[in-house]
Formats: sequence, C-alpha cells, structure tokens
Amino acid sequence: MISIRDVHKSYGTVEVLSGCSTEVKKGEVIVVCGPSGSGKSTLIKCVNGLEPIQSGEIVVDGISVAARRTNLPKLRARVGMVFQHFELFPHLKVIDNLTLAQRKVLGRREEEARARAFSLLDRVGLREHAHKHPGELSGGQQQRVAIARSLALDPICMLFDEPTSALDPEMINEVLDVMVALARDGMTMIVVTHEMGFARRVAHRIVFMDRGKIVEDAPTADFFAAPKTDRARQFLSKILQH
Amino acid sequence: MYQLDWSSIPGALPFLWQGMKISLEITLVAIAAGIFWGTILALMRLSPVRALSLLATGYVSLFRSIPLVMVLLWFFLVVPTLLRDVLGLSHATDLRLASAMVGFALFEAAYYSEIMRAGIQSVSRGQAQAALALGMRPLQAMWLVVLPQAFRNMLPLLLTQAIILFQDTSLVYVSALADFFGAAYKVGDRDGRLVEMLLFAGAVYFVICSAASFAVRRFQRRLAA
Repeated sequence: MISIRDVHKSYGTVEVLSGCSTEVKKGEVIVVCGPSGSGKSTLIKCVNGLEPIQSGEIVVDGISVAARRTNLPKLRARVGMVFQHFELFPHLKVIDNLTLAQRKVLGRREEEARARAFSLLDRVGLREHAHKHPGELSGGQQQRVAIARSLALDPICMLFDEPTSALDPEMINEVLDVMVALARDGMTMIVVTHEMGFARRVAHRIVFMDRGKIVEDAPTADFFAAPKTDRARQFLSKILQH
Repeated sequence: MYQLDWSSIPGALPFLWQGMKISLEITLVAIAAGIFWGTILALMRLSPVRALSLLATGYVSLFRSIPLVMVLLWFFLVVPTLLRDVLGLSHATDLRLASAMVGFALFEAAYYSEIMRAGIQSVSRGQAQAALALGMRPLQAMWLVVLPQAFRNMLPLLLTQAIILFQDTSLVYVSALADFFGAAYKVGDRDGRLVEMLLFAGAVYFVICSAASFAVRRFQRRLAA
C-alpha cells in the first residue's frame, strides 16, 4: 500500500534522509524507531507530502506522492496523520474539529459529518466532551480527539508522528489503547514512537533508523530477539535498560 | 482675561452630531476595508511567490513613509476628478466622503497588514500542517484554520489601531468635510468661540478614545485569562 523507494531529502547541504526504502502492505503496522535526529519524523512527513523529497519515489495506494500531477490535497485526505503536539484547532469545539475537514474537504453534509464524528468520539470514549474546546481537555484526551479527527475522513492508512512523546506518563496508555484497537481492526499504520511495549504488542515490523538511513527493517520478534546491527543493539539496550 | 463662554455648544449639538456620524462612518468603513485589504497584503507578503511578496512590501513601505495628511489631500484632489471623468458624474456630485474613505482604507491597510502578518506568524506551523494533512488546500487551511486564530491573537492590536484611526479621521478637515472636528471648528469660527469649541471637541475625543482603550485593556485581560 505504501512503498518508499530510495528516498533522499536534504535541508540545504544537510542530508536528512539518505536512500530510505521500505514497503508497507495493507493492514500492516510498522513501528519506526531510532535516536532523535535520525530522520524518522521527516520520513513519515514525506509519505503525505508535507515534506518534499529531492529524489526517489513514494507511492501510496498506487499514487506517486512527489509527482507533479498528483493532487496532494486529495491524497492527504485519504492518509490520516497524528502529530506529536496534537494540533487540534483551538478556536473550534471538539465536534467542529471533527467535522471541519469532512465538510470542507469531503463535502459531506453537516448531519452526516456530525453522525460520523459522534460515532468516532464514542470509539475514543470522549462523546461527553464534544462541545468543549481543545484547551479544556487533558493532553491524552486531546490526542484521542486528534486520532478521531483523522479517522473521520475514513483514511486508508494512518501515520503517527511520536503521538505520545508530549504526554504525561499517566496519559500515554489511554492513547496507546486507542492505537492498539485501531491496529487490531486492521488499519495500515506507520508509527514513529519510542514506546517499545507498544511496538512488541502490535507491530508487524520494526524499522530502525540512524542518521537518515534505515539500518534495520525486520519482523518485530526478530528485531527484539536479535538485532542485526550494533547501532540497533545499543539503542535497544539504552531504551530497555529500566 | 479671556472669558470662556460655552453658550454656543447646546445649539450646535445637532450639527456636531452630524459631524460625529461622518467621523464614525469613515472610521468603520476604513477599519473593515483596511483589515480586508491588509489581510490580503499580509498573505501576499508571506507568499512564496516573490513578485507578490515584493509588491506587498513596496505598498506597505510606501504608505508607511508618507504622512497621512498628504495621502488624504492627494485623494481629495485627484480621485474625485478621476472618478468624475471615468463615471461621467457632474461636478456637483460630492465625492469628498468617498475619497476620504478610500484614502483612509488604503492607508490603514498598510498598518493592518503588518498586524495581520504578525498574527499569521503567531500561529504555529503545526496548525497549518495539520490542516494540510486533513486534505485542505493551502488557501483553505489559511482561511479556516490559521486566519481565525491570527485574528483572535491580534484583536487587541487591531482595536487599538482602530482607536488611532478614529482620531486620525479629524484630518479630513483638509477637504473642508464636516466631520466631528470640522463641524466643531466651523461652529467656533462662526460664533467667535474657537477656543471653547476646540476644548469641547478635544474632550469628546478624549472621552471616547480613553473609554475604548479601557475596554480593549479589559478585553485583553479576559482573553489572557
């Protein structure tokens, strides 16, 4: 469903992605991990074209993201994205956060959009907060709303950019629970995260990045049992020490 | 010693009120048109298209470098003649009010555009990214997500600028248009009570503007809370 082929990207003279390639099949959950600054977030922002690439190709559901003729807004509407800092729209109520793109991008009618929004708020357990503004919710609740907002457009896959890094520890699980349920339902997901427990539970494959390169791309069990590279081994020993 | 004599004020109140209505009319039109055009200028200035950005930068620095009174004079002298020729109006048609409005709107837009530019930049990049990630087109993201927040963040400054604009409307006296200040001046001149009338007009401006500033400050505190 998502194919990343030899992608290069640089900011000025600094190369942040140097020749990344991987494939994500329908229904697969991929966890991307690695030290900070390794290019994980940049890589997934390239998948929906939020970051342009200099060379290589990214194909999502048969559509080349970087091609000039590609209708990026249309493609992005089918690829959900969840951000580290939630990025809910603070001037809109929760319910309007969920209906805005449904109405303005997909052209759904108000009632239809609201019905879809309420069913998703039910799914993330936040129906009673529909008429609050995002600022009145906890971080964990905001991130669940953000996930629901993406799902409201019925995406074919979801990208998560460190969805729990900005959360207090006691709120991480409520967000991960929603993501686990989503994975179990068969959603195709690319998740950038340091949550190795989550990775073990739901990821089919782990992509390990370092300095702009994918240095390891292995089935989850293999990655945790016997990482092939020293870098991945060091990373795991540091992150799993406690 | 000079004896103050306020007796010409009560009788002049209806005339002064007519003048106040003109002042308010110019103010409101200039605010609305100025913010609208100013926002477009801000968008042009932030646009990746270099020609648009240069054009807007030029416009803003031009209008910020000439005294308002000269802009107004230019509009009183040139625009009415131009409009009459183009629209074929008779020389009796009084275009002074319209030219004042156009002049103020174009001038104020330069200031409003700087405020809106700061406002747009005060909204985090993540907000625009989130809007784009949901499939919005860039202008849609700007209109639906970034601008409402920019506007809200900048509301106190926009209102403060509006108060300054209200005071500046007194400059239309150069066209002998009877705004509030012009009306007060005319009455004072007629009755030989210029000092009293100017004191009175000043007091009215003071009361209106300080009350408005006070309201803005309170509003700002509520916004911050």
